[in-house]
Amino acid sequence: MDNSILTLNKINKIYNPGEPSEVAVLHDIDMEMKKGEFVAIMGPSGSGKSTLLNIIGLLDRPTSGQLSIHGQDTSGLEDAELTHLRGHKIGFVFQYHYLISAFTALENVMMPMLADHGFQTEQAEQRATELIQKVGLSHVAHHRSNNMSGGQQQRVAIARGLAMNPDLLLADEPTGNLDTESTKSIFELMREVNRTSGTSILLITHNHNLGRQCDRIIQVVDGRIVS
Amino acid sequence: MKRWLPFEWIVAIRFLLEGKLQSIFIIVGISIGVGVIVFMSAMLTGLQANFIKRVLTSQAHIQILPPDQLARPQRHGLHEIEDAIIQRPSQRLVSIDQWQKIRRQLEAMPEISVVAPTATGSALAKRGDASRAITLNGVEPETYFSVVRIPDFLIQGQARLLSDDILVGIELAKDLGATVGDKLNVTTSSGGGRILTIIGLLDFGNKGANSRSTFVSLRTAQSLLGMLGGVATIDLSVKDIYAAEDIAQNIQSSDDVIADSWIKTNAQFFTAIRAQNLTNMLIRVFVGLSVAFGIAAVLVVSVIQRSRDIGILRAMGTSRGQIMRLFLIQGGVLGFFGSLIGSALGGFALIYWHATARQADGSELFPLIVEYQLFGWTALLATFTGLLAAMAPALRAAKLDPVVAIRG
Repeated sequence: MDNSILTLNKINKIYNPGEPSEVAVLHDIDMEMKKGEFVAIMGPSGSGKSTLLNIIGLLDRPTSGQLSIHGQDTSGLEDAELTHLRGHKIGFVFQYHYLISAFTALENVMMPMLADHGFQTEQAEQRATELIQKVGLSHVAHHRSNNMSGGQQQRVAIARGLAMNPDLLLADEPTGNLDTESTKSIFELMREVNRTSGTSILLITHNHNLGRQCDRIIQVVDGRIVS
Repeated sequence: MKRWLPFEWIVAIRFLLEGKLQSIFIIVGISIGVGVIVFMSAMLTGLQANFIKRVLTSQAHIQILPPDQLARPQRHGLHEIEDAIIQRPSQRLVSIDQWQKIRRQLEAMPEISVVAPTATGSALAKRGDASRAITLNGVEPETYFSVVRIPDFLIQGQARLLSDDILVGIELAKDLGATVGDKLNVTTSSGGGRILTIIGLLDFGNKGANSRSTFVSLRTAQSLLGMLGGVATIDLSVKDIYAAEDIAQNIQSSDDVIADSWIKTNAQFFTAIRAQNLTNMLIRVFVGLSVAFGIAAVLVVSVIQRSRDIGILRAMGTSRGQIMRLFLIQGGVLGFFGSLIGSALGGFALIYWHATARQADGSELFPLIVEYQLFGWTALLATFTGLLAAMAPALRAAKLDPVVAIRG
């Protein structure tokens, strides 16, 4: 138990329950993730991968079932508590619209630290600078995010995802619209983060090549885990 | 990134700066609204102050008169009442009973600033073959000139009232062919008569007043009018001109006199001022409302445009409260800067108009009264309006489901 970062127990998700448009997206998902694991979720489009990731990331609530992070049951928590937990334990990397365009790369990485009030601006800037350096973008740290390439933006997004030093990094097809070269380097970056800082990573991808390089693959089809 | 600002402020200001065109347009809109309010309020205050000044420099705030003389039916006995038709008697010129005592009472009242007893009656001014009916105002210059600013109307000579001096309206002087230094023979119906020297000419800007008004010293008038030691009216200045009617009623209820305030004697004028104030207030309210809806509209659009950013902010641990404050701040900032620019705009318009708009005689149309409180209040009110207008969009942003927001 101590070793598990994430436990899902009979998670169901039904959209618009009781209405004619009712859709059951997830069925009795049971899943566990150990500290430091690098897991890939694979499956066809519309299989419920993103919904699962959003539930794990506390952005969405399951219709039924139990979700524990670090052994803490999240089902009874208030919105504010979920927000706090999400801010401290979980980092996100999305496929599209990676960054907030009103801010520079460095500032985007500082955002989670400032939003939390836990950091002084100087501390946040120092840590953000380190993270930007870690993802190899020191030379564009002060560029607006809409002046950067897709690969660069995604690197900033990863740096931002790591800003609060989360236990779990959730990545929803981060390489979905990058070229092969960028895909490779982004994946290597995540692998390295996983190895050096022990951050558990849950990665949704369509890329079998990437999936194979992860510790294990969870196959989701029609809202069920098949392997 | 600015170090001294909290997170919500940083993001709010960046969002405003990034949507530059939107922010500029709405700030221009707010500025125009605020400018109109500032301009109109200041102009109206100035115009009204001017009107009131004009009305009140030629008349007292409150005038104390003796009570009307009434005829009483005679009774034969205690219980016998006759149905007499009582004709209103002609009103003789009489003195206010015990006016010195009333004067002391009035002088002791803190809300009254000047107490000026006068002896006023009609007389005939003769010079050679010409004669004119005049109103003889007997006044004490030291008090009366603070109630009605006679020196302000003086166009020739000096405003001095020794026992043989008389100040006359220019029209009267013209009719009698007299000027400063000439002598007039003033007689009254009570048989008084005296030769007085014209010491100054007055122009009240009103032909009627200019052809009838004369001022002499109180004692001269008393002797001419046959009311030795008596006064016909007591003119008062009060500190708060709008309280004049209340003070007048107070005096009337405690003494056996009639007290007429300027509000009562200029009822129409006062109604006009009240109507102006009401119009002004209505315009303020509706301009304020349209500004508020403008801000709200821009922010609602901004919430929709920024829904993905909001989603990402929520995903990285920003609370609903923070998202809400983020938009409230935007509303407040827009309102505040709009009011600053608007106040400047209104101020410039005021100065420009003050410099160009002139009356027929070239004097200023209204005095330039710059009340700094007006700017302060406007800024405060506009900021508050911005906050209030941002309420609905901010709530909407805070309620956004991050999953939906990120999916777009």
